[in-house]
Amino acid sequence: MSWLDVAMQGGIWALEILAIAVPIALSVAYITYAERRVIGWMQIRKGCNRVGPAGLLQPIADGLKLFLKETIIPTTANKYLFVAAPVMALVPALVAFAVVPFGETTLFGFWEETHVMAIANLNVGVLYVMAISSLAIYGILMAGWASNSKYALIGALRATGQMISYEIAMGFSIVCVLIMAGSMNLSAIVHAQAGEYGFLNWYIIPLFPMFVVFFISGCAETNRSPFDLPEGEAELVAGFFVEYSGMWFATFSLAEYAAMILISLMTAIMFLGGWYAPLPADFPVVGAFFDAIPGTVWLLGKTSFLIFVFIWFRATFPRFRYDQLMRLGWKVFLPWTLSWIAVIGMATYAGDISSNLTWISDVIGFWQPWR
Amino acid sequence: MGASYLANEYAPIFVFILIALGMGAAPLVLTMLVAEQNPDDEKLSAYECGFEAFEDARMPFDVRFYLVAILFVIFDLETAFLFPWAVVLDQIGIFGFIEMMLFLVILLVGYIYAWKKGALQWE
Repeated sequence: MSWLDVAMQGGIWALEILAIAVPIALSVAYITYAERRVIGWMQIRKGCNRVGPAGLLQPIADGLKLFLKETIIPTTANKYLFVAAPVMALVPALVAFAVVPFGETTLFGFWEETHVMAIANLNVGVLYVMAISSLAIYGILMAGWASNSKYALIGALRATGQMISYEIAMGFSIVCVLIMAGSMNLSAIVHAQAGEYGFLNWYIIPLFPMFVVFFISGCAETNRSPFDLPEGEAELVAGFFVEYSGMWFATFSLAEYAAMILISLMTAIMFLGGWYAPLPADFPVVGAFFDAIPGTVWLLGKTSFLIFVFIWFRATFPRFRYDQLMRLGWKVFLPWTLSWIAVIGMATYAGDISSNLTWISDVIGFWQPWR
Repeated sequence: MGASYLANEYAPIFVFILIALGMGAAPLVLTMLVAEQNPDDEKLSAYECGFEAFEDARMPFDVRFYLVAILFVIFDLETAFLFPWAVVLDQIGIFGFIEMMLFLVILLVGYIYAWKKGALQWE
């Protein structure tokens, strides 16, 4: 392979990456808009509606305003850590998208076989996402420590304690999915949910409690309301990014919202059948119509709905107290997910223990393509 | 599954890391060049409610955060064992399943101990 080939390949990768990273940044801007409008409607007011038609240019105006603000680096802060922290928070949030499959395509018949639309279709995709997304904590911890402000330090400590607590429940709920699918590759997990029964093949049916645990843990991982104690504006003013101004502050928001998109995408892929339609193609009336919609549209539609649920949570629930949050993570989710792993495992092997119990294995085997 | 496999599968991720670094750093550098900078002593002091900060902000904090971190290491390690086990459960069969259940029971004893000791209690 000559250097020219390497450069060509690198250029193709760079284009693919930009085709994913730039839309993420843009959708983050418009999720902030959607959030303000949706919460506005839920509270029977209008939300932002002045800048542009229906306020659609509001995120751009916000971005421009933040961009033109002064950069403040406190004199007592650790300069290098302070400067590195926002980038350190954003990079993992974006890089985690590298393994997410956005659908399957033949490029309108250009390729012989279907290709998975992912930058790197790793065989350890789930592990990669878990590993990279938990790196985001370093950005938060660095920001809180480097600011040399009490509010920032307490906010960062709270964020760390909460993120590591909920990561355990999250990991255990993913283990249940892995038992069902028998693979860590994200596109293989989606393929395992294919079938002739539409949404009945999705893992939300046998693993509904794990779906709930995963989504709520995701809410806590991204420091979203009602788990937004690290930001707690009433007592910590803004938590770990209290000292950041303008674009620097916006970078943290960008990372938080990108993490929210990632959690929604992962939930859609692992529990809601990824890019498959909820009804089979031979279903009367709507089946053929559903089948005509491209898979990517289904995946992004499911993701958008889950992001809406995130916003809905914020409009509905009051903030948790820190001891309640820790109790939910350690004393409710952890034993619950752990016992569910045992239940799924026992159901899988019930037929081997006694022939009277084969029906349990048969029922659970409906969702296990490896059987 | 050799070196070329690793290079082909993981190289795009390194390109992605470089691009993400650029996407993170470029706006921060640009905003410092474009926006008007007008610093003064008061503006650059650490935020404190109403008075000047008279001591370092790195105060001692609750030991429970440390305890949570220790417990996290134990249980996250358990997750690290469970991940590969779940993927090959179809090959290792009922023997592998029972073995992992024994492992989980041992950890469960530790979990109950931590609970009884009040390590999970946040007051």
